[in-house]
Amino acid sequence: MSLHIIKHGLLDLVQDAGRYGYQHLGINPGGVMDSIAMHVANILVGNDPSEAVLEMHFPAAEIEFEETLLIALAGADLSASVDAKEIPVLTPVIIQKGSVLHFGRKQNGARIYLAACGGFAAEEWLGSFSTHTKVKAGGFEGRALQKNDRINLKEKQQPVLSADQTAKIFPWRANVSDMYREHSFRFIPGNEYWSLDETSKHKLAKETFVISRENDRMGYRLGGVSLQMTATTELISTAVARGTMQLLPDGQLIILMADHQTTGGYPRVGHIITADISSLAQMQAGEKFSLEQVTLADAENLLLKQQMDLQQLQNACNFRLQEYLQR
Amino acid sequence: MSTPYHIYPCGDHAVTIELGDGINAAVNQNVISLFQYLTEHKIEGMKDMIPAYNTLTIVYDTSLLKKKNPGIPVYETISAHLQKAAGLANEKNAARARLIKIPVCYDPSLAPDLVSLAETHQLSVDEVVKLHTARTYRVYMIGFLPGFAYMGSVDEKIITPRKTQPRTMVPAGSVGIAGEQTGIYPFDSPGGWQLIGQTFTQMFDEKKETPCYLQPGDEVQFYPVSIAEFEKGKNT
Repeated sequence: MSLHIIKHGLLDLVQDAGRYGYQHLGINPGGVMDSIAMHVANILVGNDPSEAVLEMHFPAAEIEFEETLLIALAGADLSASVDAKEIPVLTPVIIQKGSVLHFGRKQNGARIYLAACGGFAAEEWLGSFSTHTKVKAGGFEGRALQKNDRINLKEKQQPVLSADQTAKIFPWRANVSDMYREHSFRFIPGNEYWSLDETSKHKLAKETFVISRENDRMGYRLGGVSLQMTATTELISTAVARGTMQLLPDGQLIILMADHQTTGGYPRVGHIITADISSLAQMQAGEKFSLEQVTLADAENLLLKQQMDLQQLQNACNFRLQEYLQR
Repeated sequence: MSTPYHIYPCGDHAVTIELGDGINAAVNQNVISLFQYLTEHKIEGMKDMIPAYNTLTIVYDTSLLKKKNPGIPVYETISAHLQKAAGLANEKNAARARLIKIPVCYDPSLAPDLVSLAETHQLSVDEVVKLHTARTYRVYMIGFLPGFAYMGSVDEKIITPRKTQPRTMVPAGSVGIAGEQTGIYPFDSPGGWQLIGQTFTQMFDEKKETPCYLQPGDEVQFYPVSIAEFEKGKNT
């Protein structure tokens, strides 16, 4: 059972929730950029929320289904279709053997996630199926998918599927609108925030930032606003985390994303809260946003709220999926 | 541990404890002791630890801990555990420091910055090699790349700043100097360190259970090998 890559996309990677427990060796956790999308795509097909998925960018791969499969797409909307039939995101879809999944115009977002019922038979490295492209390990041969690759599915009992057409679209859609934000992201101050000059602190709270062209899985460089420290103190390297906002010597910020280094020596002026990282992962070059300061307690509570919403969605999915597949 | 320390959040899923100032073997020893202590006495919800020169950072699972006790701030819980651990950790926990000897070929064909570095310091190439191999270095931390060990400190006579224009490609195995630090590139990578030699020892092997050759707290000594020995080592 496999998915055949007829044409690869810009960057199609197998990713999961990331590789933890090795940062003391400089091995960064990686994993999906948008964890909400991974979670939602998986629960729509009855998988564990952190089962490995395909993370695709624009343009995305063209994929032939060598087996009838239940899948779901989440994250960006790249106008998916099968034989000219539109395939919506956030909806379980049965795609019949021999059909080809295409992606067209970019509607919104930067990354789309494809989950397949039962999960992909990806390569595990240090406890994770995430592709580590630097080390060339994990995922699919430690690299992005290429034309003619075949990514297998786990030898697991597939639910009894009925697809009398090329694609059977389930009549429901997960509502995730409350989980994503578009124009403002929340942050907590970093250890070096207090060394910003007053004007810079004010700018951080009031000005509009723009995602620059230099944005990838390692981090997003921001443009539009220049910040300054009261004094230039030489920092020695210490840990950084996903969401850390570092101030570069040219006065611009970089927000560290999934493939960030484990340590860094630039001032950490703030940290984007975990609840807003998935939203940020869907931003593209040229898009603008502002920053809103919150407390650490707020950040934790917002994450809890999001996790509870996802849990509720999972319960609903399990219920409906069961009902639908038994029919 | 009697050192004064300071604990601060590193985002909403990590906490850092700072155990002293600067690049200092005694302070780093305390970092490693605490790292070892926490390896043996894990804190619930801890996903990762990142020892650095003078800090230890714990990455934790905020969702898991918050779901378990919605009313309790996760950061407070984790930092209280960390504070307690810092009080309990001692040098016994880091008694496992290994001495690792690494062969380095200092032939100028593998060391593009060796001659200029020697000239800058008004030393001969041989003197630079002698100074670089005379000391035992401490692995203070691993960062930048998987398995990239930051070691120190080199003799003050060969302290050299990073190159102003980083190279776009430094070959794996290259041994470099940056300020008072010395290190080995585990992968082909862009980099700005002054390259003074190359080793054939593989610093990273993803097939091994512990993929990195060096670990924080290790002691490292370099010894010179000829280009012939280097070629032979590289091919075995």
